[in-house]
Amino acid sequence: GLGSIAGGAVAEEGLATNTWEEVTSYCNFYEFGTGKEDPSYYAGAMTTSPWSVEIDGLVDNPGSYGFEQILEAMTLEERIYRFRCVEAWSMVIPWQGFELADLLALAGVQDGAKYVAFETLLRPDEMPGVRYPVIDWPYREGLRLDEAMNPLTIMATGIFGKPLPNQNGAPLRLVVPWKYGFKSIKSVVKITLTDQEPPTSWNMANAREYGFYSNVNPNVNHPRWSQASERKIGGGLFAKRQPTLMFNGYEAEVASLYEGMDLAKHF
Amino acid sequence: MEPVNRALRRIPPWSLYILVAAWVLWMFWQGLQGHLGVDPVKVLEHTYGERALQLLIAGLAVTPLRRFFGLNLMRFRRALGLTAFGLVLCHLLVWLVLDVQIVTQIVADVLKRPYITIGMLGFALMLPLAVTSNNWSIRRLGARWRVLHRLTYGVGLLAGLHYVMLAKGFQLEPLLYFAVILGLVLARVDWKACLIRSDRANARRDSLQNP
Repeated sequence: GLGSIAGGAVAEEGLATNTWEEVTSYCNFYEFGTGKEDPSYYAGAMTTSPWSVEIDGLVDNPGSYGFEQILEAMTLEERIYRFRCVEAWSMVIPWQGFELADLLALAGVQDGAKYVAFETLLRPDEMPGVRYPVIDWPYREGLRLDEAMNPLTIMATGIFGKPLPNQNGAPLRLVVPWKYGFKSIKSVVKITLTDQEPPTSWNMANAREYGFYSNVNPNVNHPRWSQASERKIGGGLFAKRQPTLMFNGYEAEVASLYEGMDLAKHF
Repeated sequence: MEPVNRALRRIPPWSLYILVAAWVLWMFWQGLQGHLGVDPVKVLEHTYGERALQLLIAGLAVTPLRRFFGLNLMRFRRALGLTAFGLVLCHLLVWLVLDVQIVTQIVADVLKRPYITIGMLGFALMLPLAVTSNNWSIRRLGARWRVLHRLTYGVGLLAGLHYVMLAKGFQLEPLLYFAVILGLVLARVDWKACLIRSDRANARRDSLQNP
């Protein structure tokens, strides 16, 4: 439970968090509509209890893991992370959750596994947005196994010490703070360990704009938005842009994952 | 339609300028007061842009509405065009001053990001239209004025395309706007003249081939 929150060892000190209202009313969750406020209006219809996550593929213990069962096995801690959207805005969010590595350990990752694939719930009668083929539903994301095992990568179950609101990806979502926000897939129902790079939703929709890695990188140009700077949400009409940091400020923790890779090519 | 037209004649066209200007200021005031949600910059940018698109569409609809339904909005056409231009200017200013802010990034955005290039081109095409939307210019330019103002079709299509291109993924609303604009532009093509012209061309070719 939340009583067992440990100190945020990896979380950076001194980051000023956004407000509850900002974090919960400004969301991209296209299953509930493409407007930023649509998820806060419509996600309430999503049933999040009971909830289970199917873990399959190259694991020792495949099967359906109930949300309560997962919570019992995990220790929740708080992580205050920067959150940088590919649309060039950012927030600072206090998450509660556990390391993805711990969940993967529970399932037992087999030797041949190289990637982790994730899937969001697809329930058309509770999700008005999926009536339109905005993307190829269900929403899919993926990480390389070493990215998934990095201690910064968490599965979040709450924000501000409260359970995740539906619009933020209840009851369980991925948070990968050094990647653009769309990598942090919401309301996860399926996790698959595989030896192949899995297809990911935005890459399938527009490969020229959204790469598999999608690491926050101010030096790699994006055809739609300049990624050199960002607007921090919450500053009002006259907020100054701030420079975007390499790997969203987590360069020390994750740069080694990409040693020797051309990040302009593997964007 | 005649009672409607008669009622419309009582509304002075300048009331549209007042209405749109008041709305622009009201929205900006709402943004200052923190009533436009957590990202007021984007809300202003998008509502000014979307309202401009709606006024452009209204302007493009004036002639078809009169021709097909007998509804006469001709008196408002200049005001529709000029207020659309004013809103595009506000949309552009919000983007420049409040959103992108950085001059080098603005230049890079215009050159590198196709939907912004298209948007800027649409704005550039509106400039000669806005400048010549007065009686003096109509008198001065004579027949050339009508030819020049056919640019509105190009502006409409570019504006619609700008919206379609900036949407992430497959979204319905921008496509509906674009379809309406395309329909209005196609409604202005004189299909009969096209047919006659191609008939004449065919006849000419036939007569050349079989003298």
